[in-house]
Amino acid sequence: MRTSDSLRKTYGETLVELGKDNKAIVLMEADLGNSTMSSLFAAAYPERYFQMGIAEQNMASTAAGLSLTGKIPFINSFAVFASGRAYDQIRSSITIADLNVKICGSSAGLSDYGDGKTHQSIDDIALMQVLPHMTVLSPCDAVETEQMVKAMVEHKGPVYIRINRNDLPVVSDPAAEYHIGKMTEVVGGTDAVIFATGVMVQQSMAAAELLKAEGVSVRVVNVSTIKPLDKDALLGYCEGVRGVVTAEEHSTIGGLGSVVCQALSKSKLPVEMLGVDDRYGTSAENYDILLRHYGLEPKDVAQKVRDVLSSK
Amino acid sequence: MKYSQELIKELQLKAIQVRANILEMIPPGKVGHLGGSSSIADVMAALYFHTMKVSKTDPKDPTRDRLIMSKGHAVLVQYACLAELGYFDRGELGKVKTFNGMLQGHPDMDRTPGIEAVTGSLGQGLSVSLGMALGLRLDKSASRVYAILGDGELAEGQIWEAVMAARVFRASNLTAIVDWNGVQATSTTAEIFPIENLVEKWKAFGWNVIEIDGHDMVQVLEALDAAKAYTEGPTAILAHTVKGKCFPFAEGKAKYHNASMTEDEYKVAWECIAEMRREVEA
Repeated sequence: MRTSDSLRKTYGETLVELGKDNKAIVLMEADLGNSTMSSLFAAAYPERYFQMGIAEQNMASTAAGLSLTGKIPFINSFAVFASGRAYDQIRSSITIADLNVKICGSSAGLSDYGDGKTHQSIDDIALMQVLPHMTVLSPCDAVETEQMVKAMVEHKGPVYIRINRNDLPVVSDPAAEYHIGKMTEVVGGTDAVIFATGVMVQQSMAAAELLKAEGVSVRVVNVSTIKPLDKDALLGYCEGVRGVVTAEEHSTIGGLGSVVCQALSKSKLPVEMLGVDDRYGTSAENYDILLRHYGLEPKDVAQKVRDVLSSK
Repeated sequence: MKYSQELIKELQLKAIQVRANILEMIPPGKVGHLGGSSSIADVMAALYFHTMKVSKTDPKDPTRDRLIMSKGHAVLVQYACLAELGYFDRGELGKVKTFNGMLQGHPDMDRTPGIEAVTGSLGQGLSVSLGMALGLRLDKSASRVYAILGDGELAEGQIWEAVMAARVFRASNLTAIVDWNGVQATSTTAEIFPIENLVEKWKAFGWNVIEIDGHDMVQVLEALDAAKAYTEGPTAILAHTVKGKCFPFAEGKAKYHNASMTEDEYKVAWECIAEMRREVEA
């Protein structure tokens, strides 16, 4: 059980733990190992660690080849490069053949606050989830990260996981059963439901507290599997509420909000989407400044709930 | 002589049969990659019918050597070889590139027995081959991996990423073979994108480089054996070839990169096959 608030450290530690008995697990890195924390695996099992240099395209296709010999390669880079730089390699070499390659998009969203727009990924969920065969995971804390990494090894087929660079408080129940596709109610409520992913789960939980003080009862659901989306569970969580809000640290085009709206296309429920509004990131001294600048704070989520409840 | 006359003759006849199978797949009215399939046919015949360890009964035999068609558009030549191995009914050759067909327009490992990966988006096959080579090495397998690259394909940057990586990992169980036919989709490589000093480039990247005439069966076999014997790292065989080789109307012409033949050309092509058979038999 992880008690750490660090998702990426947990990612690396879990792979070290799994790699002890499962010799099929191999890691590949494009020289960001001290950030992605694949470096932990390098120290433990150097013979199963491939430092591929700053060449993400080759890394992705080479991973395809390794998987074709029965290995379970995890390729690691920042989310923006892991998804975008190697996009056609993921598409052609990996997903068309439904190969068992795991892709870790680290420092996802705006979480690499200092590095700015070239290093911040607001489009990785969109790019990855449009690919047939691909599974897309977005953990909100270290507990979920550990559960997901274990599930990724068990799951046969390509999986993309986006991991926040910064520490986030644990909100998931480590004792709860986990499976890919699961969505979890983290706050109960009746007036509206917020479907959130990643850091926006914690932000939405704080928003629910703000709204509670106003007498508004809000349910918060952690949607940590973007694809495949459990539509039945989603519709179930919409029962009885008067409005739906989606919250993600990603473009509102092609992310969680898009797939929730798709799933609710036959519903009459109003939906408000909160995310990064069709623009790139920017540098900042800390993460909080960016969450404020892009309107991803609890007060912004709360406002979306008010908006959706007052809409006709 | 290192290789018996019988072996050379057998492989030359196989190469002719491979070209005949290619023709079967492109009857008049059907479009196909005749040029780049024919140029590498002799090397492919040497690989599948002599050098590579392949099972006649089990395309997934774990001890097999692997061949990746990085220049996936020339997959007709691979289908031609796999049909000879008996991995599927010869009748499939007539159904290439048809709806629900086993033989897709580009290599599809899920459809075709003996196809090892998905390729076709150029520049990726050498990386896939490297991954296989590294995986096999981890398993202490004696299997080898062969990647067939086009010379036009060498313009893809990812090829050179893989070339660097294969040297970094000293992947001596990996052999890259460049079908150096000098012609790509719309014109000559000299006109489209002239990459100079190809031999020096591969050498500078640390590979064991062997330059051959890709239509001389003895040179092909010698190069493949030398690649096997080299244990310090990967080997590149740069094979000088002729696009559309053995079909005079198509030789050296970009037009036949992907085209249909007229009835007359098709007749001539089959006459060429018959004539080559007579020559080799004699």
